[in-house]
Order: sequence, then C-alpha cells, then structure tokens
Amino acid sequence: MLEAHDLTIRYGQRTAVANVSLTLRPGEISAIIGPNGAGKSTFLQSLNGQIKPASGSVLLDGRSLEKFNRRTIGRRIAVVAQEAELRFPITVLEFVLGGRFAWAANASWGWETAHDIEVADEVLRDTELAYLSGRLMNELSGGERQRAVLARALATEAAVLLLDEPTANLDLSHQSTLLALVRKRCEQSHVAALVVTHDINLAAQFADNVLLMKDGKTISIGKPQEVLTPNLLRIVFDVTVLVDAHPITGVPRITPVHDAHRLSQ
Amino acid sequence: MTRTKADQSRQNVVYVPSRNRTTFRKTLLACAILSTGLLAAVVLTSLVGSERLPAGASLCALLSFGRAQCALTTDQFDILFQIRLPRILLAAAVGGSLATAGASYQALLRNPLAEPYLLGISNGAAVGTMVALVFFGANEWSRPLLAFVGALLATLAVYRLARGRAGATPERLVLAGVIVTTFLSSVIVFVTTLMDATRIRSFTFWLLGDLSGTSKNLLPVAIVIAVAGAIVLAANARSLNLLMLGERDAFDLGVEVGRVRIIVFLVASLLVGSSVAASGSVGYVGLVVPHLARLSLGSDNRITIPAAAFGGALFVIVADTVARTVIAPRELPVGAITALIGAPLFIYLLKRT
Repeated sequence: MLEAHDLTIRYGQRTAVANVSLTLRPGEISAIIGPNGAGKSTFLQSLNGQIKPASGSVLLDGRSLEKFNRRTIGRRIAVVAQEAELRFPITVLEFVLGGRFAWAANASWGWETAHDIEVADEVLRDTELAYLSGRLMNELSGGERQRAVLARALATEAAVLLLDEPTANLDLSHQSTLLALVRKRCEQSHVAALVVTHDINLAAQFADNVLLMKDGKTISIGKPQEVLTPNLLRIVFDVTVLVDAHPITGVPRITPVHDAHRLSQ
Repeated sequence: MTRTKADQSRQNVVYVPSRNRTTFRKTLLACAILSTGLLAAVVLTSLVGSERLPAGASLCALLSFGRAQCALTTDQFDILFQIRLPRILLAAAVGGSLATAGASYQALLRNPLAEPYLLGISNGAAVGTMVALVFFGANEWSRPLLAFVGALLATLAVYRLARGRAGATPERLVLAGVIVTTFLSSVIVFVTTLMDATRIRSFTFWLLGDLSGTSKNLLPVAIVIAVAGAIVLAANARSLNLLMLGERDAFDLGVEVGRVRIIVFLVASLLVGSSVAASGSVGYVGLVVPHLARLSLGSDNRITIPAAAFGGALFVIVADTVARTVIAPRELPVGAITALIGAPLFIYLLKRT
C-alpha cells in the first residue's frame, strides 16, 4: 500500500503540488484528473522518489519511502510513463526483461534467470505482444510500444503501479484492453494502481477512486459518481459538461457541452 | 503531416543488430574468440617492423616469454622485447582503454556518437599532461595524474553543456564536444608557445598519437588501469543497459543512477587520462570499435564492453603496426591512421542518425 500525506512539491518559487494526500490500496485503481499544469504528473513522480517533496511524506507499506533503497523501491513500485526516445536497437523481449533488473541477485552485473524469462513471456502474452518479442522496439507502432512499456512494468511484479497517461498513444480498442489488463492485475494480484489521465470517461469506467486536481491542489476526492459532477468539472476545467449514467455500464458518462448547445445554468 | 515520436524513432536506428538475447554463453564465446585474436595479433605484429627479424626464432623467443634467446642475436632480442613488445602492449592498453571508455560514454549519454576524442575529453587529458610536463617535468607520475584530472574536468564540462531534458541529443552532444574541444585546443596552442622549438616538434607528434616514447614505469600502470577499468565498467553493464533507455526509466526500474554515473565518469576519465598520458590523443577508437561491436553482437553492454576492450586493443595494435611500417624507417602518428579510418565512419554515422 502506498500513502501520500500532505505532499507539497516546489520548483523554485512555484508550487507545483500543494498539500495533496492520496492512499493507493491493493486491488484498487485510483485516477488523477485535471487540466494541464495541475501537477498530476509531478505528484505521480514523487510517489516513487523520482521527485523529492518539499514537505509531506510518502509511506510504502507504512514506512517512509526515504528509508528504502532504489532496488527495493524498484521491486515494489513500477512506473508506466511516456517512453523516452530509443537511440539504441533493443528487442521487445530485452526491453521487457529490463523490468527484472530489480530482482537481480547481483547489484548490476548478472544474467537473467529462467524465472525472469518465464515472467517476461507471461507478461508479453498478457499484453498481446508475444508475436513481437523478437522484433526491435523501433519497428513497433506507438501503441505497441506503449504496451511494451506496460509489459515491462508488469514484469517487475510490483505491488504498486503508477501509470502516467498510459493511453495517450493508443487506439480505441487498445485503450480499454490496457486498462482492463491493469484492472485484472489489480484484482488477481492485489496490486494498487494509480492512473494519471486526460480521458475522464476512461477514468470513470475503470477507477474506484478519483482525485480531481487543479493548480496543484485537491479539488475533490472520492468515488467517480461523487467527484465527476458538472459543478466540480466546471471548476476544474472551465467547461460545461453533461453527466449522465452510461446506458450499459452505469458509470458516469461525461460529455462536454459546446457553445451552440449551451444548457441553462 | 506531423511526425509522431514513433516515426522519429524509427528513423534513428543506426545499426542492424543480432536479434537473439545476449546470454552468458554468448559473451564467453565472444570473449574467447576475441582474446585469442588479440594474442595472435600481439605475436604476429611483433614480427613486423622496420628491422627484419627471423620469424621462427622470434616465435620461439616469444613463446618462452623471453627466457630463451633462441637463435636471435642480442640486438634482435632487445628490439623484440625492449622496443616492439612494450610498444604493442601499450597499443593494446591504449586501444582497450579508449574503446571501453567510448562504449560507456555512449551508454551513459545515450548517444552512439559520444567518444572521448570527439567530446574533447582526450584534449582535456592532453592539457593535463602538458601542464604536468611544463610545470612538473621531472616527476613522471604527474603526467597520468594530471591527465586524469584534465579528462575528468572536460567530461564534466561536456556533460553539463550537453544536458537537456531528453538527455544528450546528438546535436547538443556534438555541439558541446566542439565547444570543449576547440577551447582546449586553443589552450594547447597557447601552452605550446611556451615551449622551445625542438620540443614543439616532438610534442606535436605526440599530440597526434605516438606510441613510441613511453617510459618503463608507465606501461604497467597503463595496462593495470586498462584491465581494472574495463572490469569495473563491465560490472556496471546491466545498469548501463537501463541507463541507455533513459535516466528516468533506469531510476524507476531500480538503478542507482547517481552512483553509476559517478563511477562511469571517474573510471572512463581515468582510462582516457592514462591513455593520453602514455601516447597522446589517439582519436576515433572509442567510436569505431564500440560501433562495430554493437553491429555484430547487439547493444547489450554486458557483451559490448568486454568486446570493445578486446576489439579496441586489436584495432590500435593493427593501426600502430601500419603507422610504424608503411613509410619505414620513418613513422606516422598512430592517431593519423585511426582518424583516416574513423572520420569517414563518423560522417556515415552522423548521416544515418
């Protein structure tokens, strides 16, 4: 379990995140929604130690994150972020095996064990990349590469998954399969997941818990039905929205309303 | 049509590597083959030179590790063991050092074009050596020491200059290298003017890469540093594999990024410093050899770094043999040969990036 208590993160004079708290529980997916510059990604990056907060604390299984060494954090927390530019050729299998680094018996030398290969093969099957495992990452489409990044994170067998805009490059069909896979992993392996996303409807569909952020502050936190309301969304996004229940799934369905069809306030 | 990041990355592929996963067995095999080749090169090139030595007798003497004179005359024996062999071993140490340093810089800076000579790190070491010569001439240990300091300072300068949010892009890195190289070159020119005419000539020759003049004491140091440095860098190979993908990725996956960076900078600077102190600036080795290693063996540093070590040694031994025989009895600076091979390759790589 990962808890963030009253985190404040500053970049020089600017406060990027102000007193935000969030608890990620095993088996749950939490989502952070907010406009650009709200501090969502900054907040996510402080959860595994990438960014140090100015005040507040992050607790991993009850202990302060600072007390853990990097490798232990690597085994417990995995990150799915936008992939940096690859300038050296690497196959999909080698890329995904990178997720097993934190489990290496030796600090930085050492070779992958048979178990490492098994885990990698399994996550490649789960992310539907098994047929591409011998290909170079550079030969894959943007969506396939994003799935490879998820596969690598799953290969770490971490108890906490942090996903930063994981569906940004994915087509419609892969957006839901990716999050469905995250949901399955959460349920089966008691993994806690946090998804930072721009796609409010996807969050409504998959998240158990939603945090609405604006200008680094928490605007609201709770279940999707409680948080994704027209009032709160107008405060955060400065846009009028219509919220109804999805006819099939029943989750909140958010539709922005543009000028020509303005509803009465 | 706007190009997506995926399209851009697809254009950046520079090599066609092997598709199989790098395993321990594969690495062991590659090292066995390369080390055998290196041994053969040492033996064969010691038979070649401006003085003709009888092949059979020389082989006999070499195989006895210098204990038996076999049928060689005393003069021939001295040429073989006091002049040629030390020079060849130095070439191996210099080549291995520069190639492993190059491979490590490329992994750390995430750029296949990172190379000690091109980045001005060799120049930094040269300035250090010059300062040692001019101000501490009597003490010969001051040379590798100040060369190391010079290389380290140049490394830090390039790193700071080239660092952007996406790591060192090829453009920023080449630019940073140009800035540091040209600045240090002018320093070198300035210090050269403080020397007298006779020393200028031999110094200029040295600056271009000269393996002929090393003292008895510095050779073992160069060899020990080359071997120890290669081992330390190879021991960090798996971390470097992840760092090659990005510092953020590596951090998230559990790599102690700061620690590995410091180790690589220190060790690589030591390797470059000791090479330059011993033999001047031999350029392009750190570019050509790692590139060829990746081309044939893949980009996994666990195999690339050891392969670069052996390959670099081989490359400079051969280049130096050419340098000392092609216009015998006169010599070319070995840096001229490595540049003749390396510069066209660099242009080719730049065009493909």
